[in-house]
Amino acid sequence: MRQVGIVGVGHTKFGKWSGGTFTDMLSLAAVQALDDAGVKTGEGHGIDQVFVASMGSGIINRQSGIASALVDTLNLRPAMAETIENGPASGASAIKLGYMAIASGMCDSVLIVGGEMMRVVSGWEGTDFVATMLHPEAEYNYGLTLPAFAGMFTKLCMEKYGITEKDLSVVSVKNHEHAVHNPVAHIHVVPNLYAISEDEDAHVINPYVAEPLRMYHVCPVSDGAAAVLLCAMDKADRFKKKPVKIAGIGQATDTHAVAEREVPTDLLAVRLAAQRAYKMAGLTPKDMDVAELHDAFQILEVVESEEVGFFERGQGHIAARNGETKVGGKMPINTSGGLKAKGHPLGATGVSQVVEIVKQLRGEATGRQVEGAKAGLAVNFGGFGNNVVATILTKEAE
Amino acid sequence: MIVDKMEQSLRPVETPLPEYPTKYITLATGEKMVIRQITRDEVPHILEAVKPLMTVEKDFYDIVASRMYSELLGYYRYRVKDEYCLIGTIDGVIVGIVNGRTVDDKVGMSYHTMTLKQGLRIGAQLFAAKMEYHLDYLNQEEVWIVAESPNGFKRWMIEYELESRPEIWHELGGVPTYVLTKALWEKHKASKCTGRRPVKEELLKTSENPILPETYAQIPGYKRCAK
Repeated sequence: MRQVGIVGVGHTKFGKWSGGTFTDMLSLAAVQALDDAGVKTGEGHGIDQVFVASMGSGIINRQSGIASALVDTLNLRPAMAETIENGPASGASAIKLGYMAIASGMCDSVLIVGGEMMRVVSGWEGTDFVATMLHPEAEYNYGLTLPAFAGMFTKLCMEKYGITEKDLSVVSVKNHEHAVHNPVAHIHVVPNLYAISEDEDAHVINPYVAEPLRMYHVCPVSDGAAAVLLCAMDKADRFKKKPVKIAGIGQATDTHAVAEREVPTDLLAVRLAAQRAYKMAGLTPKDMDVAELHDAFQILEVVESEEVGFFERGQGHIAARNGETKVGGKMPINTSGGLKAKGHPLGATGVSQVVEIVKQLRGEATGRQVEGAKAGLAVNFGGFGNNVVATILTKEAE
Repeated sequence: MIVDKMEQSLRPVETPLPEYPTKYITLATGEKMVIRQITRDEVPHILEAVKPLMTVEKDFYDIVASRMYSELLGYYRYRVKDEYCLIGTIDGVIVGIVNGRTVDDKVGMSYHTMTLKQGLRIGAQLFAAKMEYHLDYLNQEEVWIVAESPNGFKRWMIEYELESRPEIWHELGGVPTYVLTKALWEKHKASKCTGRRPVKEELLKTSENPILPETYAQIPGYKRCAK
């Protein structure tokens, strides 16, 4: 099997996209990734395949066939093109398929672009759209939403492990502190721990979204796109940047209906996906220098940090309290700001996480750089943990 | 100042209204925002804070700023009846402005809400203060509201579950009028409106001579020139 690396990354500013179409937004990230790799579009571009990750452009933007539109807009014809949908894990799934296309020998270079334009609808419509990935008969039909699940999950974790609302705020503040140094992050405001958790005005400034989750424990609704250019490591010489190796990819699924899970506080698919990625990479959790974990809700960062093996079960929130997950801590998590502060345009998220790890391994994460980072893990979480992709990147020896 | 007869006939008859009691709110960053009512004499200074946003197309700042500018000018020049304006300041710097007027003793009319510093729900808090003024301090029965931006529509019409009353004519025109009734206010007040009174002397003082913002996130590269 051929080895695969990343030679170009691109990322739009997450937040509210204005001044162009959905295809324009994807194009901007794609062009940045191509520029980063030194690839010119048009004749002789050498891109064999384009995968576009988007969960709901057909639903909320009334636009399907995005990959075909993008290839034409970018003048990358006659590259093969498909749109990939795996809920909020669409981005990492697209990278996995790009990896497979190159590893199999079918392609030499694959462009992955993930994006979502969600702020064209109201908050309620957006929440409903995201909820369409839940079990249609057992969950969605009863009005369940992702924040509702996250609220219930948080409550169970609080009862079992003694996690408090303030612990979730600690994680949130940490991610906002990281995001300030990430120019493409949606939010560049750092909340004050006391103000959002204990102050008299906190009930309005930081209201409950799905008790016990408050606004600062939940990601914002964002537009945005991110892109990576994958290539066969043995063909990387033609690109401007030295490749960052995709050392391992693992994916796992769990029951669609959350109520059918044996242990409701476990995120089994996260655990299995990470284990598979470690095995493929020949690495362990101890080898990771940095991680991007899917923190659509702050409780997820805590539990995922345990499921991927960074901390013992029930110790993730203690590690966060002790500052171990900050830049400069033992295991920096979500140096980009995470979904909480960088934003979470569904289809873009998995790609965006990998962009951050690439920047860390290249030493380009100004202001939030993990010194000497050589290996990083990204976990992209689909559904309420029913389809998870873990990706490990490593820096090749100079 | 002597007002001539013609000018007198152009000015609306003013209804004496109680002043909005100044309060402060601790924002998510820990910064304290003072919300207070401005006097007519302060309007020209506040207009300087509004002016730069009148050409910003993004998020409909152009229309909101232009209309607010003319409304405040109308207030200053005695061409609008019973208008008022509240401002939010952090460390003395103006971060948001809201205005409105009373239609009669039972009905209030919301004009505009404009956030200068984004990302801290300042607009939401100033809007809530405006509703608090009408419904709790002026004891009116309802406030008529329209929205000019999707953000406004989401924040007011949807979040407050405003009552649609297309048969009512709002001075701003545009979309059909929505109404915040006393009952809806009571339903949402606890989760939307906060703040503390009295404001400590030291904090109050910071808001006495409001400072114009030097930069605007909405206008990349803008830097206010010193006069």
